[in-house]
Amino acid sequence: MSDSNNAHNVSYLDYKGQYKGLSAWIFSTDHKRIGLLYLYTMLAFFSVGAILGLLMKTELIAPGATIMGPKAYNALFTLHGIIMIFIIVVPGLPAVFGNFFLPIMIGAKDVAFPRLNLLSWWLYVIGILIVLTSQFLGDGPPDTGWTFYAPYSFQTPANVLPAVFGAFVMGFSSILTGINFVVTIHRMRAPGMTWFKMPLFPWTLYGTAWIQILATPVIGITLLLIVAERLLGIGIFDPALGGDPILYQHLFWIYSHPAVYIMILPGMGVISEIIPVFSKKTIFGYKAIVLSTMAIAFVGYFVWGHHMFTSGMSGRALYTFSFLTFLVAIPSAIKVFNWVSTMHKGSLDMQTPFYWAVSFIFVFMIGGLTGLVLGSLATNVHVHDTHFVVAHFHYIVFGGTGYAFMAALHYWFPKMFGRMYDLGWANLGWGIFFIGFNALYLPMFFLGMQGMPRRYYDYLPDFHGGNIISSLGAWVMISGIIIIFANLIRSARHGKKTTQKNPWGGKTLEWQVETPPTLENFEEIPTIEKGPYHFGE
Amino acid sequence: MNPGASNFVEGVNNAFIFIIGISLFFLIGITLVIILFLYRYNKKRHPKAVQIEGSNKLEVIWTIIPLALVMGMFYYGYVGWKPMKRIPDEGVRITANARMWSFSFTYENGRITEKLYVPVDTAVIVRLNALDVVHSLYIPAFRVKEDMVPGLANNQMWFQPNKVGNYSLFCTEYCGLQHSFMHTEVVVMEPAEFWEWYSDTTAVAIPIEEGADLALLGRQLVESKGCLACHSLDGSTIIGPSFLGAWGSNVPVVTNGQEREVAFDEAYVLRSIYEPDADIHQGYRAGQMFSYQGEITEQQIELIVEFLKSLNE
Repeated sequence: MSDSNNAHNVSYLDYKGQYKGLSAWIFSTDHKRIGLLYLYTMLAFFSVGAILGLLMKTELIAPGATIMGPKAYNALFTLHGIIMIFIIVVPGLPAVFGNFFLPIMIGAKDVAFPRLNLLSWWLYVIGILIVLTSQFLGDGPPDTGWTFYAPYSFQTPANVLPAVFGAFVMGFSSILTGINFVVTIHRMRAPGMTWFKMPLFPWTLYGTAWIQILATPVIGITLLLIVAERLLGIGIFDPALGGDPILYQHLFWIYSHPAVYIMILPGMGVISEIIPVFSKKTIFGYKAIVLSTMAIAFVGYFVWGHHMFTSGMSGRALYTFSFLTFLVAIPSAIKVFNWVSTMHKGSLDMQTPFYWAVSFIFVFMIGGLTGLVLGSLATNVHVHDTHFVVAHFHYIVFGGTGYAFMAALHYWFPKMFGRMYDLGWANLGWGIFFIGFNALYLPMFFLGMQGMPRRYYDYLPDFHGGNIISSLGAWVMISGIIIIFANLIRSARHGKKTTQKNPWGGKTLEWQVETPPTLENFEEIPTIEKGPYHFGE
Repeated sequence: MNPGASNFVEGVNNAFIFIIGISLFFLIGITLVIILFLYRYNKKRHPKAVQIEGSNKLEVIWTIIPLALVMGMFYYGYVGWKPMKRIPDEGVRITANARMWSFSFTYENGRITEKLYVPVDTAVIVRLNALDVVHSLYIPAFRVKEDMVPGLANNQMWFQPNKVGNYSLFCTEYCGLQHSFMHTEVVVMEPAEFWEWYSDTTAVAIPIEEGADLALLGRQLVESKGCLACHSLDGSTIIGPSFLGAWGSNVPVVTNGQEREVAFDEAYVLRSIYEPDADIHQGYRAGQMFSYQGEITEQQIELIVEFLKSLNE
């Protein structure tokens, strides 16, 4: 056992040394190894989730049964949602890049609670295993959608409980990571790094961590109530037992809307790191970006009702939620304006991470602007629960968080692996992915405005045109993903070795340490005097 | 965009045009600026960056202007939506019943239909009633949608169709296996035609012509009432047992917890439609089907029986 308070010649990372091979990974308390553990787990499950999505789009290429029946389709979109939301984008950037780079970027040797950090990963994996049992045990895989809406989730014979319980366990992983990051940022910044000298990615991790701590318990309690209702027959949500299904929707979205900001805020942080580096220019409006981050984290708690505009809530509640929803759009707009202004009069270095960051701005704008259509009452009523919503949140969650994840991966890859990827293949993969992505999701906006409901296994012939384009887009996008992943996996093992500390010319601390970072990151904790993006000299 | 056919279409479309117009302006404008920057400030043409920390003036401008614009969007959305919540006192009153996985509509004179028949240019007030799980009634051409929540009393929506024609009506809240097949039509008629249809209660007792194909009429009933969503015709199990080969067989059932066998005859069919949980086919779950008492008449059950018989031929 070790203790960080001991004399400096005893590392709190020491006891990793007693393990070898796989155990040196899964029992390591090193924040960098834990970050990589999350990365590998996520990439594996992302591949599964993406294949499920591809199968769904293939089914929808023509009306009628194409490659599967309705039961399989309903199970597929449920599992696709659970994997992509609970296993990938909610832990997402904080768990992978937050773990790997937060301590380095603020000049610390590790997070505040390394063992708690390892526990978070274990809870995450245990949660995944519990979710997976729902697929193989009992009366068939869950078919409720990832939202588990009552009372259907109580009436379906499918095996819903393990999925719900697995999500519950993963919730603890999220809460613990949040606590860890909040304490780390408060207590472990390098000397001289005042709050407003902290880089923007740690800032967004800070906002995210608070949401994780404050919002996740709500979903935990809700999921437990489902367990109590299904197992013990206590009427909470099921009207047959005297419960209220709308209460379930409220509790679910009180968590799940802030969770959208858990997903997107760190993505915005990554983009705020990458754009200055490839513009060779300090970030425009640093404080405005910080304040907008905290504003999103705060206002994001009060807008959950916009998921329920047609649920039968009172009119007053509806226009209040609509009003607040429009307010939360402003800080996101401010960020976009500041990113674009950062590029103004810069010296733009067109490299793969920059392609991802710029295309992030484009798809994020489409996601955000279509969010305005959904925030407005009259238009929401028409497109609520149609393909429009599906398109919108894929532009935000996949377009936003997904592009930011890819940007982060291509940006920090050389630092993490000490090897460089093939730039040509990376750019080709990005291009194909970008075209496929837009071909896949843009037609869905039109389908939704035309009136095609979501979660439809089959559709009327009127909707055929848009679905053909969308399904073909899915195949193009998957080809892009295969190229990107093949390139990265090959490069992580056989790519050109590099010990260059700073391949992109960044100014934040992770570019001042060794490549790959040494066990303790810093020989000596640096003292910070300047802001994080001082490209002037 | 779906061409509209109700009193709400104009308000909703105006909100769409306002929001999408402004959004496209910003999307295209900002994208063009980015492309311009990518060209103009490429490091080949602009090797040395000019350091600019920021500008409070600009931050204020791009906070205030978007704020004003989104308030305008909020306003248009509010104005387009408000009349939907102002339900008039007078109008044709219809109760919509949703169950997995079909709609039925009950009129004040007791008439029950699978399609929603309404008169043009008249207010229609629909009481929303769900028997099992949450459904949602959506008519894209009318721009209306409201969830149908079991246990939620006095849940209503209204609209005033303004164009004669047939329009799609969908369930938009995911409700299980056959969710995507839970759709029907709204038939908007001229008022005179509608009231004639409405008062024509003889249609409740179907006049069966001499020599009519009873089995075919039964088949049409089974299709229109949504029976086939759960009971297959090919021997496969969907939710309930298949109809294929059922007629005349001996059915293993559970009655009040007692296992027994009953003959699949006319009395059994009637009991299964009116009291689905009285005799539960062994191996299937109770509570999956709700009674069709008041929705399917005994005369119609006779036709269904003819159809079931015909499956054995």
